[in-house]
Amino acid sequence: MAHAATVHENKLMTLEEGIYALFLACLTLACLLVAGKATDTPMSVHGVMGAIMAGAGLFFLIKRYIDRPTAPVPQEIDGLPNYHMGPVRFATLASVFWGVAGFLAGVYIALELAFPHLNFDLSFLNFGRLRPLHTSAVIFAFGGNVLIASSMYVVQRTSRVRMFGEVTPWFVVFGYNAFIIIAATGYLMGVTQSKEYAEPEWYADLWLTLVWVLYLAVFAGTVMRRKESHIYVANWFYLAFIITIAMLHVVNNLTLPVSVFSSKSYIVWPGVQDAMVQWWYGHNAVGFFLTAGFLAIMYYFVPKRAERPVYSYRLSIVHFWALIFLYIWAGPHHLHYTSLPQWASTLGMTFSIMLWMPSWGGMINGLMTLSGAWDKLRTDPVIRMLVVSVAFYGMSTFEGPLMSVRAVNSLSHYTDWTIGHVHSGALGWVGFVSFGAIYCLVPWLWNKKSLYSLKLVNWHFWIATIGIVLYITSMWVSGILQGLMWRAYNSYGFLEYSFIETVEAMHPFYVIRALGGILFLIGALIMAFNVYMTIRAGEAVDVEADATARAPAAA
Amino acid sequence: MSIWQRHQFFEKHTVWLMVGILIVVAIGGLVEIAPLFWLKSTIEKVQGMRPYTPLELAGRDVYIREGCYLCHSQQIRPMRDEIERYGHYSLAAESMYDHPFQWGSKRTGPDLARVGGKYSDEWHRAHLMDPRSVVPASVMPGYPFLAGERVDDKLIAEHVATNAELGVPYTEAQIKNARIDFRTQANPNSDDVDAFLERWPNAVVRDFDGDPNRVTELDAVIAYLQMLGTLVDFSVYDDQANYR
Repeated sequence: MAHAATVHENKLMTLEEGIYALFLACLTLACLLVAGKATDTPMSVHGVMGAIMAGAGLFFLIKRYIDRPTAPVPQEIDGLPNYHMGPVRFATLASVFWGVAGFLAGVYIALELAFPHLNFDLSFLNFGRLRPLHTSAVIFAFGGNVLIASSMYVVQRTSRVRMFGEVTPWFVVFGYNAFIIIAATGYLMGVTQSKEYAEPEWYADLWLTLVWVLYLAVFAGTVMRRKESHIYVANWFYLAFIITIAMLHVVNNLTLPVSVFSSKSYIVWPGVQDAMVQWWYGHNAVGFFLTAGFLAIMYYFVPKRAERPVYSYRLSIVHFWALIFLYIWAGPHHLHYTSLPQWASTLGMTFSIMLWMPSWGGMINGLMTLSGAWDKLRTDPVIRMLVVSVAFYGMSTFEGPLMSVRAVNSLSHYTDWTIGHVHSGALGWVGFVSFGAIYCLVPWLWNKKSLYSLKLVNWHFWIATIGIVLYITSMWVSGILQGLMWRAYNSYGFLEYSFIETVEAMHPFYVIRALGGILFLIGALIMAFNVYMTIRAGEAVDVEADATARAPAAA
Repeated sequence: MSIWQRHQFFEKHTVWLMVGILIVVAIGGLVEIAPLFWLKSTIEKVQGMRPYTPLELAGRDVYIREGCYLCHSQQIRPMRDEIERYGHYSLAAESMYDHPFQWGSKRTGPDLARVGGKYSDEWHRAHLMDPRSVVPASVMPGYPFLAGERVDDKLIAEHVATNAELGVPYTEAQIKNARIDFRTQANPNSDDVDAFLERWPNAVVRDFDGDPNRVTELDAVIAYLQMLGTLVDFSVYDDQANYR
């Protein structure tokens, strides 16, 4: 400690540390001011929470400054990049936690639809407040942390350089998770702007905008410092995901607060224009958050785990540009037969059908990467999970264009078919590719030779797969059944069924769906246990092997 | 030089790759969204539309807060079964004062675009307090807590003014008297009823929740539900003139 004491004297805060310290100090005070002057209870609760989180951030920043050596962090050690994996580890663990929480919320609201007494007449347990909690927890908390963790890992390895910024990557992961906590507690208190998948109110949106810009700075800054001449294909997809989500988020959430001390705001877009902006955002949350970002995961983790190069480099170029150009048009297929002018929904349908091509191009590129390594499907349950995720991707990107056709949509819209479609993509594609990435990342990040148990991965795979099959088949049947019942006429020319009869007919399928969700949740719990045991009890990699493992990136 | 070699430019220049991405992803949205603001045919010409009264606006905020839009659409499509079940198909003009829109995307429960006037206030009270008391097979949650909550109306004029700033055509008088009008609409015995009806010609004054002493969230949400889809005068609506 004597050594630490002597260097302590001439240690200076870096500019980066100083700016964050000042910012967090001001933010703590601002949050306290809002808490004191808030016009509604949720706003004062969020003011207090914001002050606590910003204060904690300031505490950890100063503690980090006191504990760190005087010299700046070396960019390289023995000629090898000194990767910055702390924030990646945090985001990986956060994704496991939020995954379990989000699936649990999903199971609960599925059971509420089957057994409405589970709402218990309590405001914060009502389906209407828990449903955004579920969707945000799985998409933004689970999916978002997987994307942040994997992108920060992949960009460092494929650029062969330490991440840009020292405090900023930590600010991004903590700031993003603070956004999740504010959003989730807001839903329980009824704070929502009612824009699906963009429910958080104006102050949470502003905060996310700041975090997101810094995320782009960290990511792009790392790419710019790369020691490779080419930017690796996964990083194109990550960049498209980060940039497009920024654009969508800002435009869709433009809003005017009633007061800076009120949690309530009114969206600037009116009626039909708001509907168009919302589904331009909503469908591209699928397109860029749940697709482009996770395709980046596919382009790094599938080749890495299979130890084969990407099937076709040229196909990935076509795949990339075609996908991002076409996806952005697809939104208005959510608004067939509505008050949106027909020219707009026709454009949405046309581009959705064209989108089938790049989607399957990407699927083929992912699947064919296994050429010459198909035997690994039999021996490695992690690669099996990754490959099945790509297969589910192919299935739901076929179903999507089908449902965007106006005639099909007239039956499927407003029914559970849509819910089933979303979940074949969300559970099958996003879920499985994330699990595959987590199973790869955990031993790499904690320097373990392998996972605690591949057998448990196998159990996870099969239990979750059966869950998905139960989920999507029950929703196909209930959706198509309800759509047909709504439009059924009897021989006298009257509507055959009252609305409530079509609700009653849904009950068995809602029970089956909840069962499917429970199986998927059990799978995730098995994964959480496996991750915990790998970190706690996994066999460590010896240092020399570690050095060689760190050297070559999967370029 | 082949196209694949040319593409190396993007593979080697981070900023140009980012610029390329931004241009490519901006096009679709610009083409689909921007014209909706200047094509006159987007919003039909109708008679009868007016902005929400302060009480209806407060009810709409409760509707949003409880996530009603997650199970109830407010958008009737022009198919025979929907028109017979719910009424005239929805017009863009009917949601032109909505910030944000409430069209919804799922019908776990029925469409509510024209629920106004279909049921009595008493039915709505019973249904919101305990849905299964009037519809035994319903899967809707109960909302008994709405009856106990007096609406905090301190900021009601600011709510109306915020909407006015976004282009909803509220008059000066409507904004200035928002708090009085908010209380009057739920109290038929008030001395301000005439002045209220002067400012809000086709609004309805009723004791929506059966408790005349205070304005509860139940008052507000029933006032909102009872006006849904009732404004446009379809006897003078010309659907051929608005064909697009």
